[in-house]
Formats: sequence, structure tokens, C-alpha cells
Amino acid sequence: MNTGETGSSVSPIDAEARLQLRLLGLVKIVYLLKTVWAVIAALLIGAIFILLAGGNPLEGYSALFRGAFADYWGIGDTLVRMSPLLLAGLAVIIPLRAGLFNIGAEGQIYIGALFATIAALYLPDFLPGFLRIVLCIAVGALGGALWAAIPGLLKAYRGTNEIITSLLLSYVAINMIGAVLHTWLIEPGAPYPYSREVPEEVILPTFMPRTQAHVGIMIAWVTALLVAIMFWRTTLGQSIQIVGHNKHAAAYAGLNVKRLTVLSFALGGAMGGLAGVFEVLGLKYRLFDHFSPGYGMQGIIVAFLAALNPIGAILAAIFLAGLQVGAGSMQRATGIDTTMVAALQGLVVLCVAMGLAFKFHPDRWRRRIAAWRRDR
Amino acid sequence: MTNAPDRLALEGIVKRFGAFRANDDVNLKIADQSIHAILGENGAGKSTLMNVIYGLYTPDAGRILSRGKEVTIGDPREAMALGIGMVHQHFKQVNTMSVVENVVLGLPGRQILDLDEDRRRIETMAAELGSEIDPDQLMSTLPIGTQQRVEILKMLYREADLLILDEPTSVLTPNEIESFFKLLSRLRESGRTILLITHKLDEVMDLSDRVTVMRQGRVEAELETSATTPKELARVMVGRDVVFDVPHTPPKVGAPVLELDRISAVDDRGVSALDELSLSVREGEILGIVGIDGNGQRELAETVAGLRNLTSGKITVSGRDAEGYDPAERKHKLGVGYVPEDRQKVGLDLDSDVSLNMVLRGFRERPFAIRGWMDYARIRSHAEDLAKRYDVRMQGVSQIARDLSGGNQQKIILAREIEDNPRVLVVSQPTKGLDVGAIEFVQRTLLSQRDRGDAILYISSELEELLLVADRLAVIFKGRIVGELPASEATSEKLGLLMTGKEVA
Repeated sequence: MNTGETGSSVSPIDAEARLQLRLLGLVKIVYLLKTVWAVIAALLIGAIFILLAGGNPLEGYSALFRGAFADYWGIGDTLVRMSPLLLAGLAVIIPLRAGLFNIGAEGQIYIGALFATIAALYLPDFLPGFLRIVLCIAVGALGGALWAAIPGLLKAYRGTNEIITSLLLSYVAINMIGAVLHTWLIEPGAPYPYSREVPEEVILPTFMPRTQAHVGIMIAWVTALLVAIMFWRTTLGQSIQIVGHNKHAAAYAGLNVKRLTVLSFALGGAMGGLAGVFEVLGLKYRLFDHFSPGYGMQGIIVAFLAALNPIGAILAAIFLAGLQVGAGSMQRATGIDTTMVAALQGLVVLCVAMGLAFKFHPDRWRRRIAAWRRDR
Repeated sequence: MTNAPDRLALEGIVKRFGAFRANDDVNLKIADQSIHAILGENGAGKSTLMNVIYGLYTPDAGRILSRGKEVTIGDPREAMALGIGMVHQHFKQVNTMSVVENVVLGLPGRQILDLDEDRRRIETMAAELGSEIDPDQLMSTLPIGTQQRVEILKMLYREADLLILDEPTSVLTPNEIESFFKLLSRLRESGRTILLITHKLDEVMDLSDRVTVMRQGRVEAELETSATTPKELARVMVGRDVVFDVPHTPPKVGAPVLELDRISAVDDRGVSALDELSLSVREGEILGIVGIDGNGQRELAETVAGLRNLTSGKITVSGRDAEGYDPAERKHKLGVGYVPEDRQKVGLDLDSDVSLNMVLRGFRERPFAIRGWMDYARIRSHAEDLAKRYDVRMQGVSQIARDLSGGNQQKIILAREIEDNPRVLVVSQPTKGLDVGAIEFVQRTLLSQRDRGDAILYISSELEELLLVADRLAVIFKGRIVGELPASEATSEKLGLLMTGKEVA
């Protein structure tokens, strides 16, 4: 039944076998990079669209790239965009590692922003600025976590489908912020619903002079790193992943599946909450109605592009942010409409999803390589 | 008769799964209007072969001949067109529909349903088979034996004249088995051919005209049933003389360790599964639980292991109440090891590697984790050590558990559950689907644990296995223990009666 072969055989292998092994390794690397191929494929298909629209894809893409990455202000803008995308991506990744779909990061972003705004406006002045910032961030993350705990609890104790509840709760959250802004939090005399400006002491400093690149971006990176370490080294991360693999085995392992369900959702929600916090304290300094252009949903793209890897999510978020920031430059330079970037994002998702169908089968490739070597 | 072509013939069938040959050069000739048995242990390749015949698998090599004509069978519909029908071990039927609806379901070319005609036909066909079936009764209200008849009827309705029956008696009570045997004889008399898949020797001897014995994917023998003996069949099936060569010495029994005091529990649907069941297992003995599947065995194992709550009663381990301990705590604090029935769904995280699975129930504890931080180096070396001692065949401890064979997966579970010397060991169907070598390994291991003083609760639906390994037997019926006796005094007759809830004088 079992071949009983061991990988670390000590017997001398001849050159041919070693070559075939190396070829196999090469093929494996090609498979590992499949997200990169998917992105390239998406860009190529996008090029066809640009051609059809009467533009020059090369000029378009190069304008896009230069706008996003090739000058100081462009980089600043890209990083500012990256922050909410990355955190929303983490909001999807953590629950998904436990096998749960958090489609409601958008709502968690809004609740986080609301909590942080209230904290920023009402924390007493005598507290030092740094402490107030920390408190605002903590309160915002807590808000997102509490909001996300609702679908988590419903899933764990009532078996309600978390996809539906988390999604619908987003609309509740968005409209709730709208209601609060229209009534209580609105700046007196404001032409449309936005809050008062938060005190200067709680505004996040920038780390690239004359850009909007705030330290929230760095906190987002550190957060991604911490999430990676959690999955890589801690019992909590390992427990979440076992729940994601197999709930029965998790219960048998003595894990509290219900608690971990709620916890992973809440942790995801905290990420969404952070995204909201930084939008207020780092970028807009006020809470605006409808301030997020769908970062929560784009977090899903980030998560899939990153194959649920928190470090990969940094790259994925930078890529998506670059597309979005570069779109304007592309339109200005070549007249290609910015909506082309929305189409490109869709294509990327499509291509990455198709890439999931390609799995690396070592045995199959071993045979193929052997046959190919024999033919030569 | 002798010149008539065989109803079905297979020549040189090969079916591979990866490097594993589930069927290796299988030849089979099934005479028309006969009962042909395919005998083999779990994992011998019987089911694979049937799936090849029924069009669910495409063979990698070989020919199939139906009445002497070569055919290819791409899917079950093509099999049906050739008159081949299959009754699966687990029925494929809609419980919320009536008998006639189930029979008609999926028949081609029906836009308007007029079931009156069908009702009549079903009744006549049932009568021909010597059974009475009300076509309007709901499927879910029928006893299992009758449901099985409906499945057969369904095939006959589609004009199948070769019926493949996959372990048909495994779900039946002894009484139902008897009338089922009569049914099969009638089917043969009415011109049908029956292919009976089984691992039970007595069924083969009682029923079949010819028998093909399979072992490890190959045909070991094809014999005239009247010209063979159960002993010979067993020898061919297992590949050696069947003498239990695991030394079964008399147990050195000590004080009771595991005690269940009138425990009750419900199954997943909320229906009572354990009904004030009491038993005790003593130090150094193996208590075998005998019973027809579905009489509370699963729930019994799960309540002891801590995976299912009690609705009443009490479980004590070495005098300590087990209430409030989760499965991992029961293992580490109370010393309850558990080898679950479903090793792939419960016993292992198939998507994790071997090393993590070796500590699946203790990875959060020292020494494998300290204050929430995993020590993967420790986990690896621990797994390497266990794999060596329990002879787990793999490429390395970082191989994903899914890629290992069933026997090696079971060895991981055994190693993990036994390693930190439990006081109580609950094992559920530990040899299901394993090859002979692995079965022997499992049984040897359990016996040596017994001799070290473990109290072992051994749940199995394989009566012979229990008779060989257990020191004492308890019969479970409808969630209660209806009889207990030393294994040495147990006979199949006695147990058979108890298993159906009858008192033994």
C-alpha cells in the first residue's frame, strides 16, 4: 500500500536523477508564483481592452506605474491607499483561516472610525496626546471587533450563515454612522454630514514630509507582521487554522470551536476597525458620511491575491493601491478612463481565481519530466 | 448453459490511484443467472471493482464484456442501459418521498407523471419477490430491510438483470438477513444475476454459486462454492492460515477504572441514543462492545471521550467525575485516550502535517508550546521519534496527513493516544479499512497496552475481531447494555439474540 520511500535517501543519485529533481523544483517554483502569472495575464487582457478603447496599453501602463510608484508624491499617495486595503485584507484573512467568510469588513471600518472619532472628540484634554492617540486606536479596534463579534456569535451559537450576517451588518453600520452624523456628531453649520475636526493632538504624524503618509501605514505593516507571527508561531494561530481545516478534529483536539469562531471574527473586525481609525486620525481628521470607497470589499481581493498570507497581503495591497492611485495619472497622460482600473481589478480577481484550479502534483510532473528526458 | 456467454466478464482490469493499484489485473467471469460472490477484506479492492463495473471509475487497462460483447461503461446510465444495477451500502433515496416516487424518480422520458400504473407494477413486482410493499408509504417510515427492497425494486424497474449488491447485510438484523437470502434466491430463479460483495464468509457459503476472492487489489482465487470450505476461503482471503497469532494471554484484571453510571445522551438529531447505560471497565482488561451499528456505539464512545454531553448519569475515571473536562483535558488530566471511529474526519487534521497530528490533542501544552508559543522543533523531533517506534511509513514528518495510507494514518492516532500512557483507552472500529498487516499491528498494540494495565473499551462491528481480542463482551442494544459475558463463553448464537434485544435464557 505504501511505497515506504524516504525523501532523505543517502544512496548516491546519478547526475540524471539530480537534474530531474532540479527540474521538478523549477516547476514547483513556477507553480508557487502562480499569482504573479495571474496578475500578468490580467494586465495582458487589460491591454486588449485598452486597445479596443483606442488607447496605447504601453503608454497607459507606464503612466499608471509612474503615477503610482515613480515619484515621491505618488509613492505617498499609494501608501496612504495601501493602509486601509491592507487592514481590510487582514480583516478577511484571519477569519478565513478559520474557515469563515467575513464579507463585512466595510461595516467594521465604519464602526472603528465612529468609535475613534468619538474617543478623539471626547477624551479629556489633560491626557497627553500620545496616550490619547493610543486610546483612540484601541477604542476603534475594539469597536470593529465588537461589530464583527455579532456575526461570529450568531455563527457559533445559532449556526447562522456568517456571509450573510456580516454583509448585511455592513449596511446597518454605514447607515448607523449616517444617522449619528446627521443628528449628534454633525459639525454645527456643516453643509453636509461630517463631524467636527478631531483635536490636533490626536492627529497621526506623517513620516514623509509634505505627503499625507501617516504613521498608521507603518502600524498597518507591523500589524500584518504580527498576524503573520500569530499564524506562524503561536498556539492561537495554530488553533484557528485547525478549526479552519476540520471542526470535528478541532473539537477532538480539545479546542473550543465556538470560542475560536467568535475570536477569529472579532480579530478580523479589529483589523477593519483599525482601517477606519487611520482614515479619520491620519487622513481626513473628521468622520465623513460614506467615507470609505468600498475598502472592505477590496479587502477580499487583497486576501485572495495574497493567498491568505499576511505578508503577501502587504504586497497585494500595495499593488491594488498603486493601480488606484496610478489611474488618475494614466487618464491625464493618455486619456484612458480611470474606470479601466476597475476593470483591471476585476480581471485580476478573475485570473487569480482561475489560478486556483492549477495545483502542483509532484508525481504527475515527475512522470512528465522523466518521459521528456527519455524522449531526448 | 455451458455455451451461453457469461453475463459479465472482466479481463485484466487495472485501476490505479496515484502509485497505489486498487485493482491489479483483475479477471472475473460471472455466469448468467447465478449468484456470484466477491469476497475480500476491507480495502481488498472490491468496491473499486464494482465502481468500475458501474461506470463510476474508468479502468486504466482491461476489457469489460457484457454477454460476450466488449463494452465501455462511462457512467451509471450506460451501466443501466446494459442492465447493470447497483444497490449501494448506503441507500440513495429520498426519505421524504413515497416508495413509488422513489422508484420512478429519475426515469427518463417522463414529463407527465401518472403514478397509478407504476403503483400497480410495483405491487406486482414486490409480490413476485415475495414481499409486500405499500407504494404510497413514505420512505422514512419503512424499516431498513424494506428500504433495501425498494432499492432493489428500483433497479428491477429499470430492467436491470445484473444486480450488484454492496455489503447488503451490513445494515440488517439477523431476521432480516434470513428473508433477504430468500429474496436473492427468488431473484436468481426469475432469471437475474447477482453480484454479491461481502467480507462475510458464511454469506458466501450459504448463498453463492461461485466466489471470487480478492486480496490487495488482485484476484487470489475463483472457486465453485460447493467445492470449497470456509477455512480455505479465509486462508485465501487473508493470505495465510487464519490463526490468531497475537498471543492472547489471560488478563490480569485489577480494580474498575472506567465506570459509567446510568448515562443517557442524545444523537446529533436529538433522539435518545444512550438510555441509562451502565458499565465498568477494569484495569488490564479489554471490554468489547458488541451490537448492530447504530445502537448507540458512537455516542457511547463520544460521551466517554468528552465529545458529547450527557443528559443524565455520571462517568468516572479512577473515581474522578469526568464532567466538565473537555476532550483534551480528559486525555491529559484523566488519562482517557480515544481512537475515534472516523479517523479522517475526527481523529486527524488531514490538512496538517504528520508532526502536528502527532500532538494534535496536546500542542498547546508543555513541552510543545510554552506560554502560547509553539516549539515546532520539539514537535518535529517528537513526531520523528514516534513515527520510528510505531513504524509510520511516510516521506517525512512534514508530509501532509492526507497523503498517507489509512493504516499509517491509524498508526499516527494510536501512537498519539497511547504515548502518554492512558488509564483508559476507548477505541472505535480501529481496524476498519485496514490491511491485514495493519490490523495485526493495531491488535497487538492494544493487547500490549492491556497488559500494561490500561482499561480498554473496544467498540467494533466485527464480531470475530471482538471474540479474538476482548476479554469480556457487553452487548449494546438501543442504547442499553442488554448482556455481559466473558469472551470465552460467547457464541455467535448467543450474541446474535442479544444483539436484537432478545433475552437469553
